This record gives sequence, structure tokens and C-alpha cells, in this order.
Amino acid sequence: MIWKIFLFLLLAFVSIAGIAFPIVEKPSAWYEFPFIPGLEENAKIIFFHVPTAWLTVIAFLMSTIFSFRYLKNKNLDEDAKAHSAAQLGMIFCILATVTGAVWAKFAWGQFWSWDPRQTSIFAILLIYGALFALRSSIESEDKRATLSAVYSLIAFVTVPFFIFIMPRIMKGLHPGSADDSNAGPVVDFQMNSNMQLIFFLSLIGFTILYFWMWRVGYRSIIIKDKIEKQLMIPTSGQGG
Amino acid sequence: MIIESYALFKKDFHSELRTRYAINSLAMFIIVAISVILFSIGNETITESLTGGLFWVVIFFTAMSGLARAFVSEEERGTTLTLQLIASPTTVFSGKLIFNLILVFCMNLVIAILYSALFEKFVVQNFLLFLLTFILGNIGLAVASTIIAAIIAKAGAKGTLYPVLSFPILLPLILTCVQLTLFSFDGTSFEEAQFELAIVVGYDVIMLTASFMLFDFIWKD
Repeated sequence: MIWKIFLFLLLAFVSIAGIAFPIVEKPSAWYEFPFIPGLEENAKIIFFHVPTAWLTVIAFLMSTIFSFRYLKNKNLDEDAKAHSAAQLGMIFCILATVTGAVWAKFAWGQFWSWDPRQTSIFAILLIYGALFALRSSIESEDKRATLSAVYSLIAFVTVPFFIFIMPRIMKGLHPGSADDSNAGPVVDFQMNSNMQLIFFLSLIGFTILYFWMWRVGYRSIIIKDKIEKQLMIPTSGQGG
Repeated sequence: MIIESYALFKKDFHSELRTRYAINSLAMFIIVAISVILFSIGNETITESLTGGLFWVVIFFTAMSGLARAFVSEEERGTTLTLQLIASPTTVFSGKLIFNLILVFCMNLVIAILYSALFEKFVVQNFLLFLLTFILGNIGLAVASTIIAAIIAKAGAKGTLYPVLSFPILLPLILTCVQLTLFSFDGTSFEEAQFELAIVVGYDVIMLTASFMLFDFIWKD
């Protein structure tokens, strides 16, 4: 219980600080952010965009790991964990896409420009969508778990192409692209210490929030399955 | 194992010759897709990059319309169990893969010939680069669509699900192949296209390995 209050306070502080702290040329007080050329006033969205993108990747990775473990030991609990991670990954993927598009509108001039990063997050969105479409089309529990685990493993091996190779061959605007001369403010951290502190607090806060939501998610899936099985046995007993 | 998968391929080949289902539907699909593009273009001349893109659009959707047959037909005829009894999963997958590879090569050859006859801007300057792109792209397309076809067949042959599942998997391959096709139109040398070629080779190898490793789990249930 204590850590839930702590998490609430942490995220409340991060949201208030991220939105309300002013950006000035020469920061003197502890609550002032520095003015970073290239980011300017848009810098504040970094506290929300980067954690959601980070959690998209974490959720995708966890979904793949639990899919792999399901294929190894055929335990349906592993499938519930993978499915719960994928559900959360979809939510954070949409959030990252939307916050990224808003940022792109003010930094690059338009919401969507098929930058390599935008292409890759779009592909991850499609993979999640395809995974849910596949899951909803299969009735049998074991078959659904096996086929979606296989699909998420196949999808996982294509992800390095998007994350590492696409930005190298396509011209991009996002920090870390092939033709990025100043290496971007995100990569070499031109932030001052209070900005870095809030950035990392935001990352930690969102990550704890993700793990909490994931635990609630997979437990509810397991309990739902268990109840359904308990309800099914007496009716089939009466019928037979 | 090679002899067995060849026997499996021959079985598919003969049953295909008897019905000619895949060949007929693929040929008609190619004609329909290209004529729709030609009608919508009308009298305008389209740019080189659009021609290269449309070339791979037609290839992708033609593959999606015909390649699911390999495994779906087994489920429809109820011969999956027999196959499971007489052959190992690796043999089954390689047999189906050979069949799909030949189908993809024939279909893409027809598409390439039609494109070079019907589109003004489809002029290949660096023919060797185009040929290499074509071969490597076809292998990647055949491998990825065969393994997705196996998933689809087990999921109850949902036709609409096939392109939905395949597109994210094929996206890196198609994007790189479009880039390489444009390079071959511009007459770019091999040295400059090295990185893109390496991506396609890497994609083919990774997909082939992952498919052979994961097919066991799909096939045995």
C-alpha cells in the first residue's frame, strides 16, 4: 500500500513539474529548466514521450520472452503474462505515437512525415494489431496461445530491422538518425541536473506503473480463466 | 530428407496441375491488379519511384491472394493428419517452401515482364542489381508467406487475416526491395547498394532460420 501512495506522489510530482516548471535562458532557481537550442519550449514533452516509447519496447520484449517460455513449458499462465504485456504495449504504443506526432507538429512542422522512427512505431502498432486479430480468431485456448506465441516470435526477429537498420538507410528527423549532425539533445544530454532528475524520475515512475498494471492484468486473466473452467465443469457434468 | 521433401513438392505440383487453382487465380489476379493501375493512371506518365513502388505493391497483393493455399488446402482436404504421420515437420515445411518458391518466381517473372512492356518508366539500367534484388526478394517473400500460411491454416483458414499478419513481417523486406529497385533504375553501382543488399540477405537468412525452428510448434498440436 505504501508504495502505491509513493507512486501516486511520484507521478503527480513528475506531471506537475514537467508541465509547470518554466524554461529560461539562464536557469538559477532549482525549478527552472535550461533553454536547449533545437528543442526550445517543446522540451517538456520529453518527460512523457520518452517513457511511453521506452515502455512500448519493454512490453514488446516481455511479451516475446513469455511467449518463448510458453513454447518451452506449455504453461497457460505464461501466455496470460505475454498477453497482458502485449495489451499494455498496445496502449503505450498508441500513447507514444500520439505524443510523438504532437511533438513532430511543433518541431518538424507536420504531424506525420514517415521518419524512420515513425515508420518503425507504426510497424510495431501493426504487429500488435495483427497479434490481437489472430488471438480473437481462434477458439481453442492452447492453439491460441501456441499460434500467437509463434507469431510474436516471428515478429520479434523483424524488429531489429526497424529499430537499427531503417534509420540508417532512410533520411530522418528524429535524434539518432543517419544524417543527424549534432547528435541530438537527447543523445548527449544537454539537460541540466534538475531536468535530468525529473526525466529519470518520470522513467522510473512510468516503469513501476507498467509493472503494477501488468501484474493486475495477468492475474485477472488467470482468475477469469479459472472461473470459466469452474463454471464449465458442473454444466457438462449435468449434461453428461 | 531432401528426397522426401522433393516427393512432397511433387505431390503438391501434381495436385496443382490437376486443378490449376493457384495458377489460374494468380494469373487473373495479376491481370486485374495491373489493369486497375493502368486505368487509374490513364494518359499520365508516372514517375520512376512510383513505378518501382507499384511494382512491389502488385507483388505483395498477388502473393497474399495465392500463397496461403499451400497449407490451407491440406486443412480443407483433411490430409493434415496423414502428413503429420508420414513426414517430419522439417520435411513438410521444406516441401511447401519449394512449391511456394517456384510459384513466387513464376508469378513475379510474369509481373516483371508485364511491367516492362506496359510502363514507360520501368527501365532497368543496372540489370544485375535488379536480378539480384528480384531473386533475394522472392526468397524472402516465399519464406515469410509460407510460415504465415501455416499459422493461418491452423487458425481456421481466415482469408482476411493473411495480409494483416504478413504485412508487418514483410514490411522491412518490401521497403528495402523498393529502394533497391529504384537504385537499379538509376543505374547505381553494386558498391553503393551494398548495405541494402546486405539487409535483404540478412532478412532471408533470419526468416529461414526462425521459420524452420518455429514450424515444429505450429505443426504439432
